[in-house]
Amino acid sequence: MVHPLRGATAIVGAVDAVSPTGALDRPVAALEVDMVKQALDDAGLTIGDVDAVISNNGMMASLDLAERLGVRGRFTDSTMTGGSSFEVHVEHAAVAIAHGLCDVAVIVYAATPRSGKNPFGGGGPPMGGDLPFLEWDLPYGLGLPASSYSLAARRHMHEFGTTNEQLAAIAVSFREWAAKNPNAYHRTPITVDDVLESPWVAEPLHKLDCCLVTDGAGALVLTSADRARDLRQPPVFVLGAGTAHTHGMSISQMPDLTTTGAAVSGPQALSMAGVGPSDIDVVELYDSFTITALMTLEDLGFCQKGEGGAFVADGRLGPGGSLPTNTNGGGLAYTHPGMYGMFVLVEAVRQLRGDSGERQVSGAEVAVANGCGGVLSCTSTIVLGGGSTI
Amino acid sequence: MTRFEPKPTALSEPFWEGTSERELRFQRCGGCGAAVWYPRLRCPSCLGDDLRWTRSSGQGSVYTFNVMRRPGNPMMADEVPYVVAIIDLDEGYRMLTNITGCAPEAIECGQRVEVAWDVELSDGRRLPTFVPSPAGST
Repeated sequence: MVHPLRGATAIVGAVDAVSPTGALDRPVAALEVDMVKQALDDAGLTIGDVDAVISNNGMMASLDLAERLGVRGRFTDSTMTGGSSFEVHVEHAAVAIAHGLCDVAVIVYAATPRSGKNPFGGGGPPMGGDLPFLEWDLPYGLGLPASSYSLAARRHMHEFGTTNEQLAAIAVSFREWAAKNPNAYHRTPITVDDVLESPWVAEPLHKLDCCLVTDGAGALVLTSADRARDLRQPPVFVLGAGTAHTHGMSISQMPDLTTTGAAVSGPQALSMAGVGPSDIDVVELYDSFTITALMTLEDLGFCQKGEGGAFVADGRLGPGGSLPTNTNGGGLAYTHPGMYGMFVLVEAVRQLRGDSGERQVSGAEVAVANGCGGVLSCTSTIVLGGGSTI
Repeated sequence: MTRFEPKPTALSEPFWEGTSERELRFQRCGGCGAAVWYPRLRCPSCLGDDLRWTRSSGQGSVYTFNVMRRPGNPMMADEVPYVVAIIDLDEGYRMLTNITGCAPEAIECGQRVEVAWDVELSDGRRLPTFVPSPAGST
């Protein structure tokens, strides 16, 4: 039986704002409303059509943003799961639209950690109170995200023999894509040796294993499949969705540091979509670090657990490879304003519309977009498809 | 700059009292027997509230570790390089800590370690860290 959510909704507007300098010249509040306007223009809709505003940027985020947009909504969502928030937002909006709770939802993100106009650095409100992280992790020198992700990388190396050279191959492939993206921050090709010779941040992660810190913004518009067919852009249908979380902000509470929630969210989303890993034409995933990308590929089922190192080492993820992945250059080379999950979705939509220019994957019809938030804490997987999939 | 000093809570006070006496403590669930770390109000295995403070042997093995070449937070600027590790304690719980007392290059996953009490906080509490177990010990 076909899942009732499969193809019931579509992404009809998708835009982002990213500069090759890494900096944007407007504050977050201005970027947010600009992105909404541009995404609605992209879709051929107006603000009067919108009855759901979704944002994770602060206390009562979606209400505050809706107020600034002049929207009185009948569905709202301020879910904050870090970098995977936007995939979770698509999942929630798809369910709400499919059940008639709202008609047109906008999902927005903007952060300017590079130019310093956002005091939260794109990572949400500062932590306080009696959070376990403050009492049990911070005194031992955690805090920098690489400090937690490096613990996963070491364990993966210990259990499966994964090497720094294999992790570096991921950064090399994503940089090859970035070279084809005029808005990417890093467009100069790199080699495995460049990655290995870059300074250690948190061993076993080198600097070039780590994502950028840039400004960036984006927005998505979702509506029902029926309404989508009459709009400006070819609809990109939501075929499947799944979310899973394993822990909060303490990496020590992750049951198995080599397996992310994508081992649950991925199969759920793929099953809902009625596709398997071999049906996927293009993968857009959250590469906060090379190890995040490697474990996500395993967990989504593109290779067996533990085989990710060999899987990525031959350039398979890059241009001309058999599994085009992070075709915009990813968080490692395109942009990373703190919560990269928005750009995963925008690029997946562009690829399925055939709008990705020099980096277009020929004939792309099915894409996976995978977000990962916190410290490997929460993953959310969205499967998207073009018109031929319905 | 000194390292971040954790603020004890009503929940964690028995743990911190133990550190002043160089005793590592954790909670054991009286209902299901689970070893619980970090301190909870209810057992994360069964939600029972019969959590009993128990003395740990302080013996365990390295689950994973890193070498911080840049400080993870500003208070650690004087400590780099330092090692953050997750230890599997013999009692069946897992805690985050630092490994000290050896070169980072000498550490490996699975290695036996034991608790050490070299890091004293300003109020007499101590921050438990781990060092390699002496050769020949189990």
